[in-house]
Amino acid sequence: MSDQKKPKRRDFLFTASYAIGAVGVGASIWPLVDQMNPDKSVKALASTEVDVSSIEPGKSITVLWRGKPVFIKRRTQQEIEEARAVKLDDLKHPEKDEDRAKDPEWLVMLGVCTHLGCVPLGDKGEYNGWFCPCHGSHYDTSGRIRKGPAPTNLEIPKYEFVNSNTIIIG
Amino acid sequence: MSDHNYVPSTKLAKWFNDRLPLLSLSAHLREYPTPKNLNYWWTFGGILTFCLITQIVTGIVLAMHYVAHTDLAFASVEHIMRDVNYGWLLRYFHANGASMFFLAVYVHIFRALYYGSYKSPREVIWIIGMIIYFLMMMTAFMGYVLPWGQMSFWAATVITNLFSAVPLIGESITNWLWGGFAVDNPTLTRFYALHYLLPFLIFGLVILHIWALHVPGNNNPIGIELKKPSKDTVPFHPYIVIKDLFALLLFLIVFAFFVFYAPNILGHADNYIEANPMVTPNHIVPEWYLLPFYAILRSVPDKLLGVIAMFASIFVLVILPWLDTSKVKSAIFRPLYKQFYWILVLDVLVLGYMGAMPAEGTYLLIARVATTYYFVHFLIILPVLGKKEKTLPVPSSIMEPVLGGSPNPNTIKKKELYS
Repeated sequence: MSDQKKPKRRDFLFTASYAIGAVGVGASIWPLVDQMNPDKSVKALASTEVDVSSIEPGKSITVLWRGKPVFIKRRTQQEIEEARAVKLDDLKHPEKDEDRAKDPEWLVMLGVCTHLGCVPLGDKGEYNGWFCPCHGSHYDTSGRIRKGPAPTNLEIPKYEFVNSNTIIIG
Repeated sequence: MSDHNYVPSTKLAKWFNDRLPLLSLSAHLREYPTPKNLNYWWTFGGILTFCLITQIVTGIVLAMHYVAHTDLAFASVEHIMRDVNYGWLLRYFHANGASMFFLAVYVHIFRALYYGSYKSPREVIWIIGMIIYFLMMMTAFMGYVLPWGQMSFWAATVITNLFSAVPLIGESITNWLWGGFAVDNPTLTRFYALHYLLPFLIFGLVILHIWALHVPGNNNPIGIELKKPSKDTVPFHPYIVIKDLFALLLFLIVFAFFVFYAPNILGHADNYIEANPMVTPNHIVPEWYLLPFYAILRSVPDKLLGVIAMFASIFVLVILPWLDTSKVKSAIFRPLYKQFYWILVLDVLVLGYMGAMPAEGTYLLIARVATTYYFVHFLIILPVLGKKEKTLPVPSSIMEPVLGGSPNPNTIKKKELYS
């Protein structure tokens, strides 16, 4: 019985076959899984150009970028002051307004509630910013989460001013 | 499967049966010994089989007219409603059929909870049943997305976003589920493919569910294991077949009422507005059969914990056979469990109602209490109750209380009345 403990040629062949088999199965499953990831045509639509010249102070527009709404808000002086006066300690997800809006007048962010993806309503909620009707998250005038189940602030996409009238998102 | 003594009557049948014993299987199904005291709550298994077949048949014919594309889906559903011959009937049967399916499955599940049908030796039947229930919810959810109305779109958005709560890889998971950066055409086409596939998986699991049932045989209202076949059992055919068919007939009256008189009462008007990714409807709620879980999700103020609580509320059901420590199955002989059972029923109804209300103020508070109680029932009350409860004496056979010597005072009283 002692020679049973020593791996034989056959044991080696079994182990090697199982290992190669597992790699093969993994390699054939991966394309089946990866086909569900965003495809090339979806990724190609990565940027959107927006003309913002017609937006009055205090107003906002919503544009579609990558299938998601983006809020472009031209804030009033009062809204900017309100956003900048908030102490970081009062925030669930501490971010300075200065970091969220490079040009304080313009706030550009994804209109997607960070809770479960609904579109928050503008000029609503307890902090005069946005309010998500689905599960009651309140955002302030900087789009930061103040109350409700959402874990983080409204996301800021990558964007830049091409000229004073045009923003390119993405 | 206990009966192997079946002999086909003709030579040809014997020749075939020796090669593929389908006739033996059919004989087994006819003779299958069934407790003679099964009440009408036991007819829902048959009703559910009917529901599944109805959904598959109406679904296949709807698929012949439906187009899974974000530009065409909404219009193709209206095309089914207005142009396709009997399209309105098929669609209303399919849409209300989902509700009827869940109505029946909830009765079926709560019957199992009352009579302890999930207990040894039927744990595997129960777990397969729970997998079927979970697949039913997934199928119903994906089917709800297909008409591409506002509720479809936002239900898809909210439910797929549940996975964004997963730490670190949450966003990769949601992008993978969507095939993009938001719910869009790739999402619709894959949901359609899966909505077509899952019912057939359910069908396979139903066969396993019935197979697993036929090993120990049915539980019964007094929850004792029977000798089979014996004086306590009757053959499945014709006794149970006829009873099931009669119950199905009554069930179909309810079904037909919804299809013909109130086909949209269980739906939401918002779903007759085409999907718009820029605007969320003011008040989004899932279909009624998912409301208790939705209430649990919303009652937890933290995103990840809310999602965990929601999935946990289904998982506690899966492990229920090991949470309920009582050896006595039927609630008839468990005076305390019987009361807690009805509190649980009430609790789930309250959760359902709260799921339909906005998550604020008193509603939120009640939802939180009800959520807590739901978990307390399964995780604390049931394990403790099984050890502490003084159960009533259980008869040794179904016939015993009828033939005398019954320890159950109610049946003795009845017997005296008739003698």
